[in-house]
Amino acid sequence: MSVIYLLLTISIIVAILFFIAFIYSVKKGQYDDSYTPSVRMLFDDELVIDKQEKSTLD
Amino acid sequence: MKSTQCYHCGDSCDNSLITFNDKTFCCNGCKTVYEIFSENDLTCYYNFQDNPGAIPTEIEGKYNFLDNKEITEKLLDFNDTNTQIVTLFIPHIHCSSCIWVLENLHKLNVSISSSQVDFPKKKVRVTFNSAETSLKEIVLLLSSIGYEPYISLEDYEAGKKTVDRSLIYKLGIAGFAFGNVMFLSFPEYFEVDGFWIEKYKPIFRWLMFCFSLPVVFYAGNDYFISAFKGLRSKILNIDVPIALGISVLFIRSSIEIILDLGTGFFDSLTGLVFFLLLGKFFQQKTYNFLSFERDYKSYFPIAVTRISKDNKEENIQIYDVEKGDRLLIRNQELIPVDGILINGNAAIDYSFVTGEAEPVAKKSGDKLFAGGKQLSGVLEMEVLASVSQSYLTQLWSNDVFQKDKKSHFKTITDKISKNFTIIVLSISIISTVFWLFFDVSKALNVFTAVLIIACPCAIALAAPFTLGNMLRIFGKQKFYLKNATVVEQLAKIDSLIFDKTGTLTTHKENTITYDGIALNTQEKSILKSSLRASNHPLSRTLYNSFKEIETVVISNYKEVVGKGIKVDYKDINLKLGSSSFVKNNDEKSTLDTSVYISFNNEYKGKFTFKNSYRKGVKELFNSLKSNFDLSVVSGDNEGERVYLQENLPKETTLLFNQKPEDKLKVVAKLQEKNKKVAMIGDGLNDAGALAQSDVGIALSENINVFSPACDAILDASKFNKIATYINASKKAIQIIKYCFILSLCYNIVGLYFAVTGQLKPVIAAILMPLSSISIVVFTTIATNLLAKKIK
Repeated sequence: MSVIYLLLTISIIVAILFFIAFIYSVKKGQYDDSYTPSVRMLFDDELVIDKQEKSTLD
Repeated sequence: MKSTQCYHCGDSCDNSLITFNDKTFCCNGCKTVYEIFSENDLTCYYNFQDNPGAIPTEIEGKYNFLDNKEITEKLLDFNDTNTQIVTLFIPHIHCSSCIWVLENLHKLNVSISSSQVDFPKKKVRVTFNSAETSLKEIVLLLSSIGYEPYISLEDYEAGKKTVDRSLIYKLGIAGFAFGNVMFLSFPEYFEVDGFWIEKYKPIFRWLMFCFSLPVVFYAGNDYFISAFKGLRSKILNIDVPIALGISVLFIRSSIEIILDLGTGFFDSLTGLVFFLLLGKFFQQKTYNFLSFERDYKSYFPIAVTRISKDNKEENIQIYDVEKGDRLLIRNQELIPVDGILINGNAAIDYSFVTGEAEPVAKKSGDKLFAGGKQLSGVLEMEVLASVSQSYLTQLWSNDVFQKDKKSHFKTITDKISKNFTIIVLSISIISTVFWLFFDVSKALNVFTAVLIIACPCAIALAAPFTLGNMLRIFGKQKFYLKNATVVEQLAKIDSLIFDKTGTLTTHKENTITYDGIALNTQEKSILKSSLRASNHPLSRTLYNSFKEIETVVISNYKEVVGKGIKVDYKDINLKLGSSSFVKNNDEKSTLDTSVYISFNNEYKGKFTFKNSYRKGVKELFNSLKSNFDLSVVSGDNEGERVYLQENLPKETTLLFNQKPEDKLKVVAKLQEKNKKVAMIGDGLNDAGALAQSDVGIALSENINVFSPACDAILDASKFNKIATYINASKKAIQIIKYCFILSLCYNIVGLYFAVTGQLKPVIAAILMPLSSISIVVFTTIATNLLAKKIK
């Protein structure tokens, strides 16, 4: 058994895993709204600052 | 004078200034929203964007229908004992502050477990527990912070919408297979001889075969279906040669690897499908925040308040409204059916229907038509016809709304594909016959090679990429098209029909004329001061027209809703408003909106508001007149005929007193004469004509507000660019034609290899992507150059 069969199997399995991940993310609706998440990811920081300000005031 | 801006909504605070926490607010509503946010640590809201808010609207009793269990259940996306999910459309969503505050709703109501904003669609999805809170409470909460959701009859009827993502799946599969097949076919491209390749060739080939299976049978199935449909209706559309190419590629490649004759063309096959799907994907530009399919249902409320026999108010579903019912219409509510006004001050805004924004005053006994919006207080009406039988809604029973315009339009690609398919088939047959006499072993080889190389990938890509690009270019210019076919239809237009009110005229600007005894400075300043205190739209417009006048302190200000204003200043008493209020008589003859003035009960004169024509109407008509048949079709009376005759080109047809159905017929008549008609309108009364026309363009002052079903939505500020846009579409069609010529050159080169029997997989694998990519590059550059010209 040549090593090339092993390599082919592994590479195709890896490729298929990524492919399944893609299909899954489309199905979950991750590509439906490509704008809001880009804004949302910046918000958590703002909230933390707000809390810190409060704690320094207290 | 520099005006102070409201911290919450950004409006000027000239009329009433409220200061709270060192911040200025224009009204108590805005201040209250600020208070709600500051109490709940949500003042971050104001950090992302300056003045992001909206003034919360009066909603007293408006959402009582949400107490009705049946109605709320229809609105919910998901309903389990403790978890409820609802998606609400909120037109005000416009900035990152909106996203932030709406996703922190759980801080304002603990029963809300999460809320998620879909910004492009302006929707928020709220998950809550109905045991602790109700949909009504959530809607009221949203309204109280200035984010009033828009709930219409459409939401009630629409089932759970499923999003069609199949194109993305197909594109994913084709791309995945294309990439892998490319890798696997590389070793044989270089024709390395020897033991290594001989040993592993079969496994490489069979892997490619496996990868191509989902591409042919899933990703490419649309082409087979479309080709079959085309053949059944005896049309040789572009999908026929594509489907033929795909099947020949697959069958020949499979036979080659089974009989060990060669590598096959799996790389070209998967690449072809991938590029074609890419073109389809690119063409599919959708404007999530716009809808081109609206009918009256998107404007109408779900429920209405009925006054039962024993004088109790109850909320009933709109379809249950019957003739003879008594309905209660509150301030800002839409009248859903035709009826007769029983009591109450009626000032009806028919702008949804006619585009005319000035409210019409009605008195008891007058007929009210469905589609009007009550603007002053509560009214009671008796129903004359059910929802579907009303004057306006009857329009939608016309056949026009059932037809699919796209299905019988022959695209430029379809036209060329007919000749193309015939030529390709004849070339393949002729060359096969030639080789049958010359070298029989090569005949089948040549036959399939011709079909493979002539597969019109580049031709099929020319239109999607050009039109898709045009769609984006127009979108940036605030001209939003429903789909790519509209560009082609627009290029064919030879007649244009304009609606008058709201289309040629704008209700944003009024020309105010004064008619009567001239007012002295003191009278003017009293007038200005009293207008300042009023929030009525007419008062606001009139107030802005007095620029250089000082204001004085007035007393005894009294506003009679729907009638007018009474004011005292020293010993002078001023009355302004409708003629019945000021002069105690109704002046019926006037067609325009007027405000009457009297000082100390002595009638002085009236201010008349006239919608002014948009800037550039005359120039637009003059630039269009040589190439297009022009008409103006108006639902109004002939009052403006003379003005229009003087200002528009002589050839323009002018039609007045046209009912919605008449407008539709005008379009149909022109079409019978083989004219391609574009209708430009704005109101629901144009909906029939917009649907009947070849290209229906809805003009909209604010694209976030609803416009009737149409093929394109044009922002009113770009009204004078219509001619430019039509010319740009014509140029786009030219570009597609050049692309066809270019791709035919590639085909001729390819056919040379095919006919002479020299086609090797590697040539096909180079030629196919090369032609596709160069077409895409060419059309992208050409359309972008075109875009620079229309700016």
